[in-house]
Amino acid sequence: MSNKTLTLALMDPPYESANSTTAFRLIAAALQKGINVNVFAYEGAVALPLRTQVPHPNPIKGTTAEEQHHPITSAFISALFEAAAASGAKLDWVNCGMCVDERGATEWVDGVRRGGPGDFAKFARESTNTVVIGTR
Amino acid sequence: MTNYLFIECRDPFESKDTQFVAETATALKQRDNEVTVFLVQNGVLAARRNARGSHLSQLAKAGVRLLADDFSLRERGIQAAELLPGIQQSNIDALTDILVRENTKAIWH
Repeated sequence: MSNKTLTLALMDPPYESANSTTAFRLIAAALQKGINVNVFAYEGAVALPLRTQVPHPNPIKGTTAEEQHHPITSAFISALFEAAAASGAKLDWVNCGMCVDERGATEWVDGVRRGGPGDFAKFARESTNTVVIGTR
Repeated sequence: MTNYLFIECRDPFESKDTQFVAETATALKQRDNEVTVFLVQNGVLAARRNARGSHLSQLAKAGVRLLADDFSLRERGIQAAELLPGIQQSNIDALTDILVRENTKAIWH
């Protein structure tokens, strides 16, 4: 396992921006290399790990939710925690508490914890590098 | 010397502020820093050889290393052979390696 740590700050809500996809790819690549990853989810990004997300069918095409197999961000995040466990790297995902309360977005997949901007400052101080992925 | 990494996700034909990256990356390179621009998402649209007015030629001439994410290229149907001279096809693994290199400052744009 690497002694390096990467911190990402995310702000985009689910299903809005390709930024989320790229962030997930980056987190997965880092974890697979044994690099520890911290995530500070801010604003709409706190909804990324919502466990109440469900895939939907496509009534126009007449396909079921299973046939559509739509990706949901909370499933991606659970998979990232599994990847961390497999590689021995640590994934620390902090959802901004104030952003969570504003949105009522309180039910997360396992592994996600509540925090605040102070966690992000600590992450940045202790990381090899930090990337802030802002919304436009 | 510092390593600078710009992760450019914006399409220059939609966002003229991509010029910010071109100017800043060039200025940093002129000051003897190691500068990489990693194109991702719609940022790769400027990498096509036949893209008119792309700012990337200016960066290549300045000695800035230009990398384009293979996943983003594939999503947009851009083949490696269509890339402007000076742009290398790369991937998310390479981006991760650059990010954890010592003395590297990363800017997402």
